[in-house]
Amino acid sequence: MALITQTYLSLLSFWSTLMARTGNKNIQAKLVLLGDMGTGKTSLVLRFVKGQFYDYQESTIGAAFFTQILSLNEATVKFDIWDTAGQERYHSLAPMYYRGAAAAVVVYDITSMDSFIRAKRWIQELQRQGDHCFLTILFIDLLGNPNLVMVLVANKTDLETKRKVETEEGERYAQENGLLFIESSAKTAQNVNELFYEIAKRLAKACPMPPTGIKLHNETQGGRRLFCCTG
Amino acid sequence: MDEEYDVIVLGTGLKECILSGLLSVDGLKVLHMDRNDYYGGESTSLNLIQLWKKFKGNDKPPAHLGSSRDYNVDMIPKFMMANGTLVRVLIHTDVTKYLYFKAVDGSFVFSKGKVHKVPATDMEALKSPLMGLFEKRRARKFFIYVQDYEETNPSTHDGMDLTRVTTKQLIAKYGLDDNTTDFIGHAVALHRDDRYLNEPALDTVKRMKLYSESVFRFQGGSPYIYPLYGLGELPQAFARLSAVYGGTYMLNKPECKVEFDESGQACGVTSEGETARCKKVVCDPSYLPNKVRKVGRVARAICIMSHPIPNTNESHSVQVILPQKQLGRKSDMYLFCCSYSHNVAPKGKFIAFVSTEAETDQPEIELKAGIDLLGPVDEIFYDVYDRYEPVNEPSLDSCFISMSYDATTHFESTVTDVLNMYTMITGKVVDLSVDLSAASAAEE
Repeated sequence: MALITQTYLSLLSFWSTLMARTGNKNIQAKLVLLGDMGTGKTSLVLRFVKGQFYDYQESTIGAAFFTQILSLNEATVKFDIWDTAGQERYHSLAPMYYRGAAAAVVVYDITSMDSFIRAKRWIQELQRQGDHCFLTILFIDLLGNPNLVMVLVANKTDLETKRKVETEEGERYAQENGLLFIESSAKTAQNVNELFYEIAKRLAKACPMPPTGIKLHNETQGGRRLFCCTG
Repeated sequence: MDEEYDVIVLGTGLKECILSGLLSVDGLKVLHMDRNDYYGGESTSLNLIQLWKKFKGNDKPPAHLGSSRDYNVDMIPKFMMANGTLVRVLIHTDVTKYLYFKAVDGSFVFSKGKVHKVPATDMEALKSPLMGLFEKRRARKFFIYVQDYEETNPSTHDGMDLTRVTTKQLIAKYGLDDNTTDFIGHAVALHRDDRYLNEPALDTVKRMKLYSESVFRFQGGSPYIYPLYGLGELPQAFARLSAVYGGTYMLNKPECKVEFDESGQACGVTSEGETARCKKVVCDPSYLPNKVRKVGRVARAICIMSHPIPNTNESHSVQVILPQKQLGRKSDMYLFCCSYSHNVAPKGKFIAFVSTEAETDQPEIELKAGIDLLGPVDEIFYDVYDRYEPVNEPSLDSCFISMSYDATTHFESTVTDVLNMYTMITGKVVDLSVDLSAASAAEE
């Protein structure tokens, strides 16, 4: 009897793996990074996407758009990750940046109280409605998505000795505001994959709808006679 | 801000943002500022609250129109030719990855008091009442000539030098009547007035080829595509490109005064008491009003409706061209309609524009012929804006000023201005040869 159960269970697990591989549920999700300059947004993404870390990561230049696929048992999640490209510096992020986001990751640096205060401000802006200041208008797009997954990330845990923001502080704020909370280090890779897996799991449950519409590509098209009106 | 830049760009309109993107990709150090707290300048898209603020002052939009944020009302309504230069620039710069597009359902033309579809397929052409049967045969021969015409292959020229032969002479060779000529010139070649008839035919032939290639690009009912969430997405996407390549962005910067050195060369920009130094200034006409002159005016009406434009096969996105001759005007009038299918309005709502080069001071009267085609409207706003072009000599003052957006229905003239400015600024030509004539769209 035990053997039969075991066989049944292994079959079941095989089946669920197979379903995941064949993509029974494919989710494409836009993920946006928010937070102050120098909190390690780009480093987190590079660690996740490429497994790399640079001690002196330059301010984001040249690439600020990454894709990465995560396979879970329940779904395959393709992340389109948007980095701020430095536009957060003077609060000039465009509404397009937030448009259609399925997940928002707000990052602060545990060695900088300022960056934590600023992270809270980002989140307050996200949550404030009714006011029509510029930032709020931007964020309404995010608020329009009831399934938005929001995570508060306390980065740079490798710099424990210089810590200025206690874990409990971040945790409490996240809890009060209904956010996921995670402490990470892009340098040591601590909790980086976990962060994205946790988001993927939530997305698999929420199952966001990808945008409709066409993407333009630079692909060659078969030869075709080019004219209409040949009546 | 207290730094030296290669270029300071003022105004985040589409033209300025494309330039900012191209220049940053070239490795130049760019500072981009705007006096407004939003992107897009004149070419932005407004939500309902912003729209009311602009046209109705303190009034609040009525509740029955739905949520403000569901609206993205273009201030410079245009469509993109699916095979046009803007699409080439988007693909060349890889900015397409930030945007989603949908084909525009239909292109129509106003002829003898009625709205007709510009045929997009053989079957539509056969059934179209725009021409009689014999005229269709003659037109077909002309279209085949245009389709086969290759500028570099004289055997396709049928013995004519199209840089010398005028459009009128070319069309006369095929014996086409005035109505067909009007249709070809305005609804296919997209000329705005009748000057093309006496100009070399090559331009018209190229425009017709662009139209037909664009129609076939997406197998849609029109040669046009349009971005989801409105045209305001375009400047934002190019601004992002610039930022990704190191461009610095500052919005909500009052004044933005251009500073000149003793020889009259632009040397910096001052805002809020701080001056950023630079070698060159790029801007829209509103930032250097002393270096531009008025060249015309555009009259337009912006309408919110609860139905598609009548007689357009229920199209959720559509263009209707009213050729000047049909209205007894000097320039064409355009209707442009978009809706919730392109995410520019809430479900069930349509945004329609009527626009033309203004010939009078009374847009209500001047635009009536177009507005009459819309049927009942929920709301209507009238507006007239001036068009400017630069009169300065960039080699003497290091200022590169864009022209105001014209009344055309697409972006060809916009991008031409941008590419010319890029060449003036850098001395280089943008290489758009990344095989774009063969570019296609894939469903995602």
